[in-house]
Amino acid sequence: MVMAIDNEASPDAENENRRFFLKQSIAIAGLSIAPSGLLHSAPDDGPVGNAVKVTISLMINSKRRRLSVDPRMTLLDLLRENLGLTGTKKGCDLGQCGACTVHVDGRRTLSCLSFAVMQHGRKITTVEGLSNGDQLHPLQEAFVKHDGFQCGYCTPGQLMSGVACIREGHAGSAESVREYMSGNLCRCGAYPNIVDAILEVKKAGTKV
Amino acid sequence: MRPFQYLRPKTVAEAVTMAGDNPEAQYIAGGTNLIDLMKRGVTSPAKLIDINHLPLRKIEHRNDRVRIGALALNSDVAEHRLIQTRQPLLAQALLAGASGQLRNMATVGGNLLQRTRCSYFYDLALPCNKRKPGSGCGAEEGINRTHAIFFAGNGFGGIEKSSCLAVHPSDMCVALTALETTVVVNGPDGERRVMMKDFHRLTTQQPELDTNLRPGELITAIEVEDNAFARHSHYLKVRDRASYAFALVSVAAALQIDGGKIWDARMALGGVAHKPWRYWAVDLMLRGQAPSEKLFREVAEHEMKSAKATEQNAFKIRLTSNAIVAALKLAAGIS
Repeated sequence: MVMAIDNEASPDAENENRRFFLKQSIAIAGLSIAPSGLLHSAPDDGPVGNAVKVTISLMINSKRRRLSVDPRMTLLDLLRENLGLTGTKKGCDLGQCGACTVHVDGRRTLSCLSFAVMQHGRKITTVEGLSNGDQLHPLQEAFVKHDGFQCGYCTPGQLMSGVACIREGHAGSAESVREYMSGNLCRCGAYPNIVDAILEVKKAGTKV
Repeated sequence: MRPFQYLRPKTVAEAVTMAGDNPEAQYIAGGTNLIDLMKRGVTSPAKLIDINHLPLRKIEHRNDRVRIGALALNSDVAEHRLIQTRQPLLAQALLAGASGQLRNMATVGGNLLQRTRCSYFYDLALPCNKRKPGSGCGAEEGINRTHAIFFAGNGFGGIEKSSCLAVHPSDMCVALTALETTVVVNGPDGERRVMMKDFHRLTTQQPELDTNLRPGELITAIEVEDNAFARHSHYLKVRDRASYAFALVSVAAALQIDGGKIWDARMALGGVAHKPWRYWAVDLMLRGQAPSEKLFREVAEHEMKSAKATEQNAFKIRLTSNAIVAALKLAAGIS
């Protein structure tokens, strides 16, 4: 029965009947021993779908989004390709460079190493959500002041990691900043300036 | 990437039932290694069981041991007061590994299961006995600078030829091996406990198997018994750059020193074997002795007698020996 449902799945998951069908199929396929109440639970109780499309709900930069995604889609690709939030950069796409760093429930993570479906119900903050309208975040201001750029490709990831580094309490010294920024690999000459910017914001005691 | 069915169980029993004995089912927690392997096509599960919502995150002290839930994040464990005060060796090892982002995602259970970083394992165009049994070992005659120097049979009457030269990549597991941790697993046959020394495998015949986990089994927790090593332990990691790189060699050294003498000692090495390498003789060699550089040098060179280099990694024998001496000195506080 499970297989039959899977085989019938097709990419045209957009109409309402289809959604209802898929919602039931995951309940049957995935939660076969769950209480029957789950079959009629609220939409946000869990990601709903099968091997082709799953419906999820995310809070992205303070906006609630309901999305239908292929389970193979990473959070990074969802942000860039589906939502046009291209501030988050794809560098290595294998979890090694830090260019795709975003905050999930307030903690920095690599969006290329997580499937979007796994983020259901979570709060995501990207570099676009860091500023308050036209008012830059204090660390963005400090990056401008200290020229923490070169080509700039790594900058969004550096900013997200830099804010986290301060929030985590690891921005007490240049040595500690370097250690806790080491997940953002950038081969350009911006490092000393990025370190200066982070230390300045930490020292100013501004809420980040 | 091959399409997969995404499942999200709410209880351990439900997760184990979902996995069953289906070899195409895989659990996913942090995903920091598994998604990488899926993107490269090294592994292609048909069924992905997201265990992140199981109640396995707790870190607590009970019955003379620290119990850490399998889903506790590496960063949470490293920063936890219980771990920093009772098992600082584990905190040091965790903080020596990966980056801030990865430690926020990676879980203790996943860390135990992370796979080797040998480049032949990740490159589908090259032979690898671990990825494709019987295809050969590319590293044997190839690039093996970072590969193993200890193998099954070492120190037990000769060196058996290994079908895989890859090393185990985890820092955390090296500290857990020195601390003689217990791994708690749950599976189709219920719960069982596995000692760390028996959890990972050395290789002669079946390098595709990293661990002795049975099909469908899920790691639920690890337990570290109380010990007297907190004041004299050190995790030393030697790597090609200052941070965020896998170990060329690492040493987890734990000593109990009272009245100027060593009363108990544990040591494990990372980056040198197919699993975290427990240095068994260290306890007997150090017990009752006063710590000194000369003693530590003798101890280090004793262990290195059973090491065997490949073409490019002969430097690791001297490096490991020096790292053992340095780690013991730092643990003993005589540097």
